[in-house]
Amino acid sequence: MKISKIVELLGAEVVCGEDRLEEEVHSACGCDMMSDVLAFVKDQAVLLTGLCNLQVVRTAVMMDMKCIVFVRNKKPTDDILELARESDIVILTSPKRMYTACGVLYTNGLQGGTVAHS
Amino acid sequence: MSEPIRFHFDVDGDNFSSAGEASVQVKRMLRQIGISPDVIRKVSVAMYEGEINMVIHANGGDADVIVEPNKITIVLKDVGPGIADINLAMQEGYSTAPENVRSLGFGAGMGLPNMKRYTDDMKIESEVGVGTTVTMTVLF
Repeated sequence: MKISKIVELLGAEVVCGEDRLEEEVHSACGCDMMSDVLAFVKDQAVLLTGLCNLQVVRTAVMMDMKCIVFVRNKKPTDDILELARESDIVILTSPKRMYTACGVLYTNGLQGGTVAHS
Repeated sequence: MSEPIRFHFDVDGDNFSSAGEASVQVKRMLRQIGISPDVIRKVSVAMYEGEINMVIHANGGDADVIVEPNKITIVLKDVGPGIADINLAMQEGYSTAPENVRSLGFGAGMGLPNMKRYTDDMKIESEVGVGTTVTMTVLF
């Protein structure tokens, strides 16, 4: 799925990384606990989260993710956007809640992918 | 690459939002010197969790990364409160982190287990009231 499709499906706003929307992503995870992302993510390129701080971007960097979706209209601060730009990570914000956002992407074909360390 | 390459960082303990800066830098540097992505992931995740721990529990400390031809060693040294029971601290879900850390996405008792999981060897030396040194090795 292209990131542009995620934007469309989630009614999202692109706040950073407008030039990377044609990139393909194949799996995603939804999580607010960054240690769990670090423990269980394997190759998921998209992180949906309701947590909105610098550690979300750093966690995504560590896991080589391409795109972060802040759900429930969380607005990232300038320092978050700066780090995302430096790290080539697309940032989206969506008004949808976590459960709905994940469900919409899943039913449209974006899989959960494999789990690391299972 | 015969001589080891060394990186040193002072981990600032005053500010949770800066926790992880050193790990992000290490990730970039390892990429520049051509280390494979799998190894970079292991090293940077393990160091990131360790860095977060140092900020939450020990008011920061020193982080050293030593790159050799077949392994990378990460040494995290703090002069924090120490770990009273290392076996207990290693259990998934056990945490002594304050509640506010949980609202920031950490403190779920996954840090040390994650560090062990991502490295080939992890050694914890700790004395209550003196400090903790964690040495992790990733082989390749």
